Amino acid sequence: MLSFIFRRLGLLIPTFFGITLLTFGLIRMIPGDPVEVMVGERTLDPQMHADAMHRLGLDKPLYAQYVDYIGNLLHGNLGESLVTKTSVWTEFKTLFPATLELALAAMAFAVVFGLLAGVIAAIKRGSIFDHGVMGISLTGFSMPIFWWGLILIMFFSVKLGWTPVSGRLDLAFDITPRTGFMLIDTWLAEAADPSANAGAFKDALMHLILPAIVLGTIPLAVIARMTRSSMLEVLREDYVRTARAKGLSPARVIFVHTLRNALIPVLTVIGLQVGTLMGGAVLTETIFSWPGIGKWLIDAISRRDYPVVQNGILIVATLVIITNFIVDILYGVANPRIRHAK
Amino acid sequence: MSLLEIKNLSVEFGSEKNPFRAVEGLDLIVNQGEIVGIVGESGSGKSVTMMAMMGLLEGQGRIVADTLQFDGKNLLTISARERRKIVGKDIAMIFQDPMTSLNPSYTVGYQIMEVLKIHQGLRGAALKQRALELMEMVEIPAAASRLNAYPHQLSGGMSQRVVIAMAIACNPKLLIADEPTTALDVTIQAQIMELLVNLQKSQNMALIMITHDLAVVAEVAHKVAVMYAGQVAEMAKVPGIFRTPTHPYTEALLKSIPEHSKGAHRLSTLPGIVPGQYDRPSGCLLSPRCPYVQDKCKAQRPGLTAIDGGVVRCHYPITAKEA
Repeated sequence: MLSFIFRRLGLLIPTFFGITLLTFGLIRMIPGDPVEVMVGERTLDPQMHADAMHRLGLDKPLYAQYVDYIGNLLHGNLGESLVTKTSVWTEFKTLFPATLELALAAMAFAVVFGLLAGVIAAIKRGSIFDHGVMGISLTGFSMPIFWWGLILIMFFSVKLGWTPVSGRLDLAFDITPRTGFMLIDTWLAEAADPSANAGAFKDALMHLILPAIVLGTIPLAVIARMTRSSMLEVLREDYVRTARAKGLSPARVIFVHTLRNALIPVLTVIGLQVGTLMGGAVLTETIFSWPGIGKWLIDAISRRDYPVVQNGILIVATLVIITNFIVDILYGVANPRIRHAK
Repeated sequence: MSLLEIKNLSVEFGSEKNPFRAVEGLDLIVNQGEIVGIVGESGSGKSVTMMAMMGLLEGQGRIVADTLQFDGKNLLTISARERRKIVGKDIAMIFQDPMTSLNPSYTVGYQIMEVLKIHQGLRGAALKQRALELMEMVEIPAAASRLNAYPHQLSGGMSQRVVIAMAIACNPKLLIADEPTTALDVTIQAQIMELLVNLQKSQNMALIMITHDLAVVAEVAHKVAVMYAGQVAEMAKVPGIFRTPTHPYTEALLKSIPEHSKGAHRLSTLPGIVPGQYDRPSGCLLSPRCPYVQDKCKAQRPGLTAIDGGVVRCHYPITAKEA
């Protein structure tokens, strides 16, 4: 098991290297530079432009800039934003809990309903439920996130007035951030001072529901379809017949003998969805004005804030990699044949 | 009273309008402590019969029978819950391919103990003790260390021993072995067969042995049912059926044993294949392949007629012809 973990860790180094190259290169391919964007439409004296670029170290040749960047990274220096002058890490730390809260809620929604729908569809194969679930999940998978988000806002927020349109919390509440997770913070605040903060938790929850559904829709569709096909495959296995021949209850046959094996490919898919989730968070946060890293990165790109883009994406990518790494290890736990492979 | 009594069992697959009869009008009686061989080509309905009896067809097949009785209980009318109390405990089954019959995600110890937990309510040390005992009974060496092994760490023969241990865990009254040695290599086949027969004797179980291997059946079985296209072609006692087969199909099967063709250039065969769903003849199902076919055989399906010590489904049984 240990050597399995180390082998997987060894594969991470080239991956990180690739990511730094990509982010470094891509942001510089976009026309314009940070100084031009800051100045906006006013005309800019070429000399002042050159001075500003020099101050930022952006007048060096690209390879030198890349070497500087990697050098800083290796020293653990993620740099600071060209616009706000705060360190990238501090900004990330402040904004990340919002994204994490949204992503966790979306993932919980996707996993719970995806697994459930997939398992039931597989057991009742060919039924109306099966066709319904598969049809809906195909629709969900094909739906553009921004459109789906706007439709939900129009219907639930504007027409029915059930949920707020945007943000994380109503402005009427003044909650001191302790964990950065609004659900927890409002819960604590309500417990500490019930009279002033009554209803804060419910308000935070209502703010979270729509974005979580929007963000979780694609993973939900993918998980449901994957669970179904994986379940159907395992249900045909000889060992499932053996389990039934042992006189086990249908529930035991399904959950102990079938689902356990069917989950192995589903687990991989869930891991891969974390990447999708981060990509989706950018759109979802923009639609719902959710103050997380998705919105932060979008703003940084439009300001050509090179350090924020490079390192912000690097941090996000690291998180995705770590998640996949954990999934790989879980994969070994779930599947003894992989754990024992030399 | 017989342990297992099947009368006029039919199993159908497919749509109501256009059904495929995998088993048709099957009769079988198994007494306590008896070894019954069921032989026949692939697709003759051997396995389906047993799966139907155990309720393993799971709504895929329609099962109709006059009698389907095990140990005094009517398997046709009892609830699924009641049936699950019998299946795995009093009737157990061993399958063809041991490598795929065990769940790859659980240790073999877990899979053996699961049966004991569910049917006998054993827990803790007693449970482990009994599992060990069973693994020793099926002659797994170093049983204690193998409790925690996963199926992929065992060889095919070893896996089949685990499957057998699981099957005999609750001292079943009837053990069904569905081609238990087909997927194993020859040296292991003999060992597993010997183990099964020894267990049958020591536990006094009834044993239904589904197989292609007539030699095995001749050696161990008390009674043999020869199946063809979902029907019993002939059922008779051993060794009578091997000395004087009365059904042309039985005779052809016996002739095709390589040892019987010594000195010949080619092995004896029965031309053709088992008829499928759409090309079943209207007369005797064997008529297109039968070397002794008559006009009556093509026109009319034969029923089962009693012969010396058994039954045969033929208009012109071989002994009658010779007499």
